[in-house]
Amino acid sequence: MNAPLPAMLHDNPRLDRWIAFPTRGKVTVLTGRVELGQGVLTAMAQIASDELDVSLARIGVHSGDTETTPNEGYTAGSMSIQAGGIALRQACADVRALFMAAAAKRLACDPHVLSVRDGAILRDGQPTGEDYWTLAPQVNLAVAATGAGAAKPVSAFVAIGANTPRLDLPDKVFGAPAFIHDMRLPGMRHARVVRQPSRGASIATIDEAAIKRAAKAPVTLVRNGNFLAIVGDDETAVDRAAVAALTAINWNNVEQPAASQQEAAWLLQRPMVDIKFGAPEGTDTQGKQRFEATYTRGYLAHASISPSCGLALFKDGHLTVWTHCQGVFPLRGALARTLKLAPEQITVQHVQGSGCYGHNGADDAAADAAIIAMQTPGVPVRLRWRREEEFVYEPKTSAMVVKVRALVDANGKPADWTAEIWSGTHNGRPGSGANLLAAYALPEHPADPPLNDVPESNGGGATRNAEPLYDIPQKRILQHLVAETPVRVSSLRGLGAMPNVFALECAIDELAERAGVDPVAYRLSITGDPRARAVIEKVATMAKWDPQATGGTGIGSGIGFARYKNKAAYGAVVVELEVEEEIRLRHVWAAADAGLVVNPDGAINQLEGGIIQSASWVLKEQVRFDNGVASFDWETYPVLKFSEVPEIDIQLINTRDPVPLGVGEATAGPTAAAIGNAVSHALGARIRDLPLTRERIMAALLKD
Amino acid sequence: MTQTVNFEVNGKSVSVTPLSDDTPLLDVLRITLGLMGTRFGCGLEQCGCCTVLIDGAAEKSCAKPVYSVAGKAVVTIEGLGTKEKPHPLQQAFLDEQAGQCGYCLSGIIVSAKALLDKNPAPTRAEIAAALDGNICRCGSHNRILRAIEKAAVVMRNGGGR
Repeated sequence: MNAPLPAMLHDNPRLDRWIAFPTRGKVTVLTGRVELGQGVLTAMAQIASDELDVSLARIGVHSGDTETTPNEGYTAGSMSIQAGGIALRQACADVRALFMAAAAKRLACDPHVLSVRDGAILRDGQPTGEDYWTLAPQVNLAVAATGAGAAKPVSAFVAIGANTPRLDLPDKVFGAPAFIHDMRLPGMRHARVVRQPSRGASIATIDEAAIKRAAKAPVTLVRNGNFLAIVGDDETAVDRAAVAALTAINWNNVEQPAASQQEAAWLLQRPMVDIKFGAPEGTDTQGKQRFEATYTRGYLAHASISPSCGLALFKDGHLTVWTHCQGVFPLRGALARTLKLAPEQITVQHVQGSGCYGHNGADDAAADAAIIAMQTPGVPVRLRWRREEEFVYEPKTSAMVVKVRALVDANGKPADWTAEIWSGTHNGRPGSGANLLAAYALPEHPADPPLNDVPESNGGGATRNAEPLYDIPQKRILQHLVAETPVRVSSLRGLGAMPNVFALECAIDELAERAGVDPVAYRLSITGDPRARAVIEKVATMAKWDPQATGGTGIGSGIGFARYKNKAAYGAVVVELEVEEEIRLRHVWAAADAGLVVNPDGAINQLEGGIIQSASWVLKEQVRFDNGVASFDWETYPVLKFSEVPEIDIQLINTRDPVPLGVGEATAGPTAAAIGNAVSHALGARIRDLPLTRERIMAALLKD
Repeated sequence: MTQTVNFEVNGKSVSVTPLSDDTPLLDVLRITLGLMGTRFGCGLEQCGCCTVLIDGAAEKSCAKPVYSVAGKAVVTIEGLGTKEKPHPLQQAFLDEQAGQCGYCLSGIIVSAKALLDKNPAPTRAEIAAALDGNICRCGSHNRILRAIEKAAVVMRNGGGR
């Protein structure tokens, strides 16, 4: 009896969707997971290297292609190794077993005497003259996985667990055409969209002459309803025309987000759907102290460094789209519904863009290119957003209000915990309906899906990590899913985890302070999970945590902990900082337990990136509204600079556990909380609203 | 009325006739000359993805009219080294695995080259200050700083150009 197949292999059982032997001496790994800068393609090659017994040099990776690769949904949620890698591992084991059976048949021997060394079949350790490529014509991989192949034990891994250099990095260091922005197709034309300023806005007047005059080279306008694009052979001219179009076109029915809608508290009084999880209310309050505190975070931008880009070609009734989005299959579905094509008429192929950190403008740019391509059959179209367009029109992550209520027992420990959350959805991705920006400018668009958030089985959206992992007898979540937000919202790295972990871990510190217990000792006193204890203890040791450190001196340290989604990697972070008018981070330490780690240096790179990005969110970032999105460039939406980045030390523990746990988002929440707690320690005053701006620091100091 | 402009790119003379007086150098590099290594990030001289050397100084090319480089020497990431013969900075970035998505790296490596040519032994704070005009959104900053420190040592020991 074979073990059940990993979910992704169950959904994509055909082995030739995972592994191919294209030419002599080469192996192609096919994966639905795409490279976003996280090193996933390298990790997949390492997995295949071990399970197939072929050297890394023989392995090429092809990813995110609706024609050839498995449908693994989105590359998101720290699931690439935990789900995709596990599926690839079993697929490789099954492939290997099929080859061993074929070899045994050809060599007329027992398969148990056979082994593989770099693709060559050995019998009792001796060469047989057979290898994967001599046997490939006889081995049919167009069959379903069975789970019959035995994946290797951890002790047999060679490539898995090694710091293999990233396969994609050399092109980026030498300036090769590594990105979708660098793609050139024969006869390709360049395009920019003149964005519909808001959903429902309609074109009133177009000064076409002014646009063409500004271009200084021939451009044409492509229009479909209120979708308008400028197309031409000369990208510089198209760009000039697009800028001119901002003032040469007048729109009716424009609605813009107002300054009064900018802060999270605006969400409190909106139409909403209430959802409850966890313990029923009504815990006995006898002998218990009440604690209540409210934490907020504003809207954030993904702020990808490259503006989104998409290429498309509609030829002979078939649409081909090149995109840097996170999910080629969901995008294909959304395009099919929007353009009224059958999914089989559309091919979507991933090409690398810059880091996206969630649902940025990539899908929308692909849709823009596709709509233009449908109107210019036979002509490849390259569509690129302008920087302002990326900031203003990318989906934001929703502002959130998190109110923590706790009942504290006579020992100062929480006996009852409620996280009450107000947020828009974190699930605005293409997948059902259209959720493609340009779709709403077309004369008809698919019906919107009913209001929903990411399901709890996938870790939740606004509720992600709202439930503390700590040993608390009664825990519940009250979610208020706000129906409409001032700007379009969707998924940003970690979804609700950052504001939720900030809230709950700041609240834990507040409870520790009430109890007169050191924050590290307090956490350990309510933590039974040995792996959670291990990362907390580890990071305290790394940071030389001092339980006696005096507060209110302007220098502070703080800790934050979470297990991402309460089921992925464990992360604990300590931050040391100083506060005058502004916060200066001095040093960050992190310990993480991600179980089996395929590429430790890659995992550390991700954890470190999560720390820096979270620090940037907490110290600097908020999307401003002022009769429109007022954060439209890097000056109005500043992020952490090189000179503001602290020293960072990271250690992974338990890396040879057999089960990998998603690691990419494990430090973002704990970092936010550790900064919040360290600021409180430094100031002797608590700031519960993010970002921790100079104004908020001054206000906190004045209040005390 | 546009005129031909002559300058040097990566040691070779080029002669181009831009679309208009304000055609940015970046467009000429990427579109006319096909040098894709210099990336477009913002067009506002804010993010540093498009950084090139102009007569040895790190400059943003996305909003700089190509006419302003007439008679000058421009060096792009492609002019530093190749996979076969990497510049010490490029080798150090690979050794330190200094990058995630890598979109910012061309501009950062070029900025670092300008710094090290001027100051062969910078402190970490000096390197960070020199890179404050380059944005990295993935959070590879510390690896990048380590790589530049490492390259500086190699170049001081005669490995530079």
